[in-house]
Amino acid sequence: MEEALVRAVLFGTPILLAALGALLAERSGVVNLGVEGIMALSALAAFAVALDVGPFLGVVAGVGAGVALALFLGLFAITLRANPFVAGLAVAALGLGASGMLGKRYEGVPLQKVLPEAPLALLALLLALVLHLLLYRSRFGLYLRSVGENPKAADLFGVNVEGVRYLALGLGGGLIGLGGAYLSLAYRPSWTDGMTAGLGWVAIALVILAAWEPLRAVCGAYLFGLLFFLQFRLQGSVPIPSEAFAAMPYLLVILVLALSGRSRAPKALGQPFERGR
Amino acid sequence: MLRLENITKRFGPVVANRGITLEVGRGEVLALLGENGAGKTTLVSILYGLYAPDEGRILLEGKEVRIPSPKAAQRLGIALVPQHPELIDAHTVAENLALGLDLPPVFARRALLARLGALLQDHPLGVDLEAKVERLSAGEKQRVELLRALLNRPRVLILDEPTSVLTPKEAEGLFQEIARLKREGLAVIFISHKLEEVLALADRIAVLRAGEKVGELSRAEADKERLVRLMVGRSPSPPPKAPPPREEVVLEVENLLVPRHGFPVQGVSFCLRAGEVLGVAGVAGSGQKELLEALAGLRPYRGKVRFLGQTLPKEPARVFSLGVAHIPEERSMGVVGGMSVAENLALRTYPAYARLGLLDYRAMEKEAEALMAAYAVKAPSPRTPVRFLSGGNVQKVILARELKGGPRLILAMHPTYGVDVGAAEEVHGRLLDLARQGAAILLVSEDLDEILALSHQVAALYHGRLVGPIPREVADRERLGRMMAEGRA
Repeated sequence: MEEALVRAVLFGTPILLAALGALLAERSGVVNLGVEGIMALSALAAFAVALDVGPFLGVVAGVGAGVALALFLGLFAITLRANPFVAGLAVAALGLGASGMLGKRYEGVPLQKVLPEAPLALLALLLALVLHLLLYRSRFGLYLRSVGENPKAADLFGVNVEGVRYLALGLGGGLIGLGGAYLSLAYRPSWTDGMTAGLGWVAIALVILAAWEPLRAVCGAYLFGLLFFLQFRLQGSVPIPSEAFAAMPYLLVILVLALSGRSRAPKALGQPFERGR
Repeated sequence: MLRLENITKRFGPVVANRGITLEVGRGEVLALLGENGAGKTTLVSILYGLYAPDEGRILLEGKEVRIPSPKAAQRLGIALVPQHPELIDAHTVAENLALGLDLPPVFARRALLARLGALLQDHPLGVDLEAKVERLSAGEKQRVELLRALLNRPRVLILDEPTSVLTPKEAEGLFQEIARLKREGLAVIFISHKLEEVLALADRIAVLRAGEKVGELSRAEADKERLVRLMVGRSPSPPPKAPPPREEVVLEVENLLVPRHGFPVQGVSFCLRAGEVLGVAGVAGSGQKELLEALAGLRPYRGKVRFLGQTLPKEPARVFSLGVAHIPEERSMGVVGGMSVAENLALRTYPAYARLGLLDYRAMEKEAEALMAAYAVKAPSPRTPVRFLSGGNVQKVILARELKGGPRLILAMHPTYGVDVGAAEEVHGRLLDLARQGAAILLVSEDLDEILALSHQVAALYHGRLVGPIPREVADRERLGRMMAEGRA
């Protein structure tokens, strides 16, 4: 039982970090569907640097890769006002493809210095709290929420809409990158192509399930963590094909999304902003 | 205090402002009067840093200033209350107000509330600071908007059509507040197309027409007729007179109820005879839109509705084919922007243009040309997409389509909103022509003068209930205002 809870938290941590990152961007009105790709590329960047230099710089590299790829998405979704959904999917594909290609020589290489999971899990929990305070108790948070709800009004008050959106998307990318680094440096210290295994998509669903609230995302992430744990544990011990178990968390995502169709999204979510239109 | 010199702004080939020079002093109210599309809002947007002027300069207390953004305008002490409240619905009142403040990077909710409380001491808000804005009425929202503009102690306050969302009584309160601000030394620019307001409030009146300043009068020199002549460029025609209604009953509505998030329309009953105009006033959001959409078949409702003795179907296309025209509240609801004028005009009747199962575009465009001429729609050709047309012309396209078949019942919501005085007169003439031919008209409008000029009966919607109807003869602005604001006839 205790083991189950610990594993749930440890497995929920990357989902939590990625969800927090997506949530931050979405509260500012930018949809980030690139989470899966950003996570994969950051996991690789973190692993590669950790192997050559050290695990701490590895974490920095993971976060940095996440920020960079998220800002790249911003170039299309914010500045060029491309369709943010398509741009996000493209970034997801780009991140997955690039990490698979660049990561070939790291496949199966063991990592000497492994990061401990528990402190990182604690950090993720702390970050959720910080994010909550940032959103509701800071000037930047007020601006961010305003931009996500009504960019035109925010612009009239003198808020720099695009600047706030870039910051939110970039910071969010950093959080997603941290999630990726956690995967490849702590949770499963290695690099394999496709090691994110759909966690990024789960994180996007979790944002909706959590109604765009960081603290609710914590509970949701650990719930998913528990499900993934159960899936591993029950495999083989029950006469049901393992594929059915493997599909379980994802089926749950769909179920949750179908049932939570009414939760209130930021009003300007997915709408590019242009002054005077 | 503030001076605009030779401001010109073009949007492509359209000149929105041409060489406009204006000045407003400390403790003065300058009214900018003009029809929709005269360039008032463009001028204000330039002052507030939303657009950059192509030519001309802006002087503040004698020094030339550049206003590249709303933030810059705020720093210079220029504040704006926009035409439609630009508030963030999901935030509390306090959070909305905080957006106008210089906030510390991190703040406690309680400290913010205390600070706002202190700032608002002289300006009672009348609403809970912690209420969500989406719960407020339009008038309360505007109050929040005004107070936010005042928080930073501006030198120049711009009000863009501030009374369009207010009841007459709320407007009265706003005027008193403006008079007080004026005494405190604020320079106020007040934008309006309503003559009474301008005459009641302004020290000086500048009139814009088609992007140019066509006159500037002091309050003493101005009177209604002179202002209309300047605004429209000709003398106003006398208001049209509605012909007396006939005996035949066209529409009977009994206990109509629209269920949706509560009941936006609660048990409305009335009766309309052929040739009769029922004018319905009401504060925005009192159920007007829901009532009309229900009758047009666009919303489910309960209750009995009989049209020419038959139960009205609840399907938009069938309702129309029986002879019910609908002029919707929002123009964008009435047209498909990406489609051409001709296609939009044919939307209700396109099967008539079928030839061998294909649309006969030549016939469609020919008829469209005739309709465009009849309704004075200004567009390069019937093939021009509607989204390139100005608001007034889009409205004419809707009217042409809805009225061409000679309807028996016209559901009209704000039929002259945003069209110029000349076009509005035309619309009124057309509606009354149809009334003369036996059409019944349900007219919802924010313009009390329009309602009083055209209607045989007047009523108001008040929180989804119909107050009245009462005969036009016993109604006036004050009584109608009371019906809107207090729900009593």
